[in-house]
Amino acid sequence: MLRDNTSKVVLIGGILIILFGAVAPNWIVNQLMFGFSRALAILGLLVLWRTGLVSFGHAFYFGLGAYTVAILDIQLGVTDVFVRLLGGACLAGLAGFLVGFIMRNYRDIFFAMLNTAISMVLYGIIVKTESLGSTDGFAISLPTIFGVAPETKYPLFVVITTVAIVSALLINFYLKTTIGRLTTPIRDNEIRVEYLGFSVAHAIHLKYTMSAILAGGAGALMAMSLGQVDPDSMINWTVSGELVFITILSGPGNVIAPFIGSLVFEVLRTYAFELAPHLWQLIVGGTFLTIIFFLPGGIWSLISKLGRSTS
Amino acid sequence: METFLTILLDGLQFSSYLFIVSAGLTIIFGVMKILNVCHGSFYAWGAYTSAFFIGKFSEMGLPDGLGFVVIVASAIIVGLVLGFLIEQLILKHMYHRDEVLIVLATFGLFLVLEDVILIAFGTDPYFAYQPMALLDSVEMGGIVRDVYGLTLIGVAALVAAGCWFLLNKTKWGTILKAVIFDREMGISMGINVPFVYTLTFIGGAILGGLGGAYIAPTISVAPGLGTEVIVLSFAVVVVGGMGSIMGAAIGSVIIGLLRALAVHELPQVELFVVFAVMAVVLVFRPEGLFAPAKPRKI
Repeated sequence: MLRDNTSKVVLIGGILIILFGAVAPNWIVNQLMFGFSRALAILGLLVLWRTGLVSFGHAFYFGLGAYTVAILDIQLGVTDVFVRLLGGACLAGLAGFLVGFIMRNYRDIFFAMLNTAISMVLYGIIVKTESLGSTDGFAISLPTIFGVAPETKYPLFVVITTVAIVSALLINFYLKTTIGRLTTPIRDNEIRVEYLGFSVAHAIHLKYTMSAILAGGAGALMAMSLGQVDPDSMINWTVSGELVFITILSGPGNVIAPFIGSLVFEVLRTYAFELAPHLWQLIVGGTFLTIIFFLPGGIWSLISKLGRSTS
Repeated sequence: METFLTILLDGLQFSSYLFIVSAGLTIIFGVMKILNVCHGSFYAWGAYTSAFFIGKFSEMGLPDGLGFVVIVASAIIVGLVLGFLIEQLILKHMYHRDEVLIVLATFGLFLVLEDVILIAFGTDPYFAYQPMALLDSVEMGGIVRDVYGLTLIGVAALVAAGCWFLLNKTKWGTILKAVIFDREMGISMGINVPFVYTLTFIGGAILGGLGGAYIAPTISVAPGLGTEVIVLSFAVVVVGGMGSIMGAAIGSVIIGLLRALAVHELPQVELFVVFAVMAVVLVFRPEGLFAPAKPRKI
């Protein structure tokens, strides 16, 4: 079996990026923050996608995480970055665990649609509730770290990158455990997996809960780095579509892929808004179709091909 | 009593246009097994095309009655052009791929078409009130209603009757049912399945376009209008049962009436009820409330 250097690459690459952030201009740090925050959600979707499940509603957990941060900030005055992050991730995880009891019985488009329905229920509630900010959302104050209010966004960036590294390492480890390996086998043949003595329902439930925790954490970090939350950019079904888009763009090959994919997405978005503000969706949609048709393994398949030809 | 009548008529009107759009969606799903996200674009394109030409014709001093011809014509043109192009250029090459990937591809198409609308028609809203103004309003049971809105219910009934007739009384219906029931067997019986697919997709697209074209005079046609419709018709189709015309009809009546009730009595839950019903139906009857029992194939 080939030796896997993923965890080493994640660790060294992550530390280099943290160091790089200290000297990089502000806009690059911002892009990295947005990219890495979103990448957490993609990490969860990657696990689901390997299992053959595509959720068209993970904006539910993303939004849940983001709005938890908003409520913690506005109602309770919590500013600590870790409390906010844990709050968002845990609430989303709890919701994912409960919803998972139903979701683990669904596959294919029924899985996708039930997720959409649930996320749109939350969207419907928030859009029509004045005390939850309605369509305007909330502004969120900058988080404090260990009680200190930072002057720049760099400390938050360090936190986000650290969380990203830790999550990538954990998921990478998980995917190597026996239960974690039950991804492609479930996609290919559930009955055989059952015959081998594993419960497909349990495996899917666990993966679904994990993806909910990750999406919730992603939403919480995103809310803090953006400094605001609103339903149309956090919970609407198009956001779920965006998350799926980045997952397909990244490719399921490796836990590093979501980070690269999310960064590509951020850069794509920034330049698209600068060069052709009305063509953003066209570019995303076009890229999406191109990837589906010509690059089913996503960006990662290019990188791994490159790696193989040099070694 | 008056409130009740208002809710009933509002609900039926809303159901009517939901039904026209969802019928297209459900036909495409039933025959081709494609959950077509870019159906929302057909709706938006229908609305834009009809609003644009109604406005243009009115500027040119042509009689307002022509608006109705424009509505039907835009639906057919949008369906023929977009439906044909999308099926031939994209979907045709994907039939062997995973169902979910096809959904994603149609989502990509949806995004692309949304922006092409902006390029073609700009970001300013269009108002095409002429056909609505032409038909005036009537008083019934103590409330005043636009006649145009009432005709919408008639059009939906016509579409429903048309679909029923096509499916049950013509040779085409028999062919469609054969393909729905067993595609491979259909091929072996000499049915040209790729051709049936193309026609089905165009037919569904025309219905999507008709929904948009007919509703255009009653709304301001502005960007983003396909985004809401597509999730609503997903809800309709799921509630009624995917792939069944009868299901789409029942689903749209349920969703339409519920939403009208919510708008009048408890506006906060307007969107919530629609999707809550969708989620509950998916949980307890994933095949939809009125989906016929399926024979298991070996």
